[in-house]
Amino acid sequence: MITHPRTEELVESVRLWIDQIRPTLDPRNAFLARVAANALATVGREITAGPAAEAAAVAGMAGVLGHEGDYATLNSELCARIRSGELSVETPGLLAALTIMARDQIAIDQPSYKPEGTAAPTP
Amino acid sequence: MELDVRAGLEKLAGRLGGEGARLTEAGRLSGGASMETWAFGFEGRDGPERLILRRRNGPFDEESARSVSLATEAKLIQATGANGARVPQVRHVCDDSDGLGEAYVMVRVDGETLGKKIVSDPRFDAIRPALARQCGESLVAIHRTPPPAGLNLKTVDGVAELGRYEEVYRATGAERPILELAFQYLRKHVPTPVEPALLHGDFRNGNIMFDPAVGVAAILDWELAHVGDPAEDMGWICTNSWRFGRPDRPVGGFGDYADLLAGYASAGGREIELSRVRFWQMLGSLRWGVMCLTMYLSWANGVEKSVERPMIGRRVSETEADLVVLLEEGL
Repeated sequence: MITHPRTEELVESVRLWIDQIRPTLDPRNAFLARVAANALATVGREITAGPAAEAAAVAGMAGVLGHEGDYATLNSELCARIRSGELSVETPGLLAALTIMARDQIAIDQPSYKPEGTAAPTP
Repeated sequence: MELDVRAGLEKLAGRLGGEGARLTEAGRLSGGASMETWAFGFEGRDGPERLILRRRNGPFDEESARSVSLATEAKLIQATGANGARVPQVRHVCDDSDGLGEAYVMVRVDGETLGKKIVSDPRFDAIRPALARQCGESLVAIHRTPPPAGLNLKTVDGVAELGRYEEVYRATGAERPILELAFQYLRKHVPTPVEPALLHGDFRNGNIMFDPAVGVAAILDWELAHVGDPAEDMGWICTNSWRFGRPDRPVGGFGDYADLLAGYASAGGREIELSRVRFWQMLGSLRWGVMCLTMYLSWANGVEKSVERPMIGRRVSETEADLVVLLEEGL
């Protein structure tokens, strides 16, 4: 793809513009504008961090399932085998793979979120 | 719509405050898409009154809905209040002559409901360590209230709740391995049934009015009230999505499990094991994850076009990040 500008820069420019006009909006629209800016920030992170996260998820799922495949196929199979009870929390490597997938996804969707188990902030 | 409500409040001021009572303030507070909350006040016969109007701005069918009608809500607030629960005082339940649709009026309670503030604002530093215990105490008065006769309250247990949310999840068509594993795990760990009690149903940081001086001032938002396992109300306030950035303080981001349970026991509540609370907490994360999926779908299906909805869909991953840790730890 072309690089002047890159896709994520286009997205970022719109996000910054929304932030700039936010103070001029009525409370409801100011709130929705903040949500819209957050949505664009998520898109930006998905563009930059998504491919590596997907590759890691594919590798993790392939490891658990014992064969290669694309993301959608492996994800469907993983769901089906958990649903059937064939895979469970006792399955070696399953929770480890799911943990990496969850951490990578939250880093894209909501990097400020502090998941269960996060230690207290240092004062 | 806004003008209609203002006109209705003018009329209501006269009805409640006596002839000649005039509206001194009226403004919509932030609220959900279908539920409106208005703060209003008037100078009446007996002096000034500061009130809250809660009204639904669309049609509602209590039979098919998950939530209860506003009239039911008002009755529950009155019944639990009479039993010692910290709830607002219901001032008036609206009827057709008010022209405000389905609505009721409460006396305004001062305090803070924003979860983030309760968790981090220095104004709450002094009272914060007492809040989890107070929440436990507060729940007892609710759970010990006999459900008022004639109300259409649903009865729910762990198996039914899992079944209901799994059905909703399957209907979304989403494939999320962590949610699948949580359903499977929770099904294997459903606690033994207990004598069901009246539950608030949405007892979490954000639906409780806290006062920096006294702590729990009023328990609000009764629309999800039902009958079920008392530990459900405890588990929901421990669900990490309502800890507002303080996962190290499991009760609402402000307190510890032990204080919640101790407060419940000290007020005469039945003994509840922590693992039971943790079951409902994990189910709480799963339930919030499924709800986020349905909120995204309401946008995808064109029912609700706000930009908020698809972004809430991206909150499923917060529940997944919590669930993997809970699955690793066990109940």
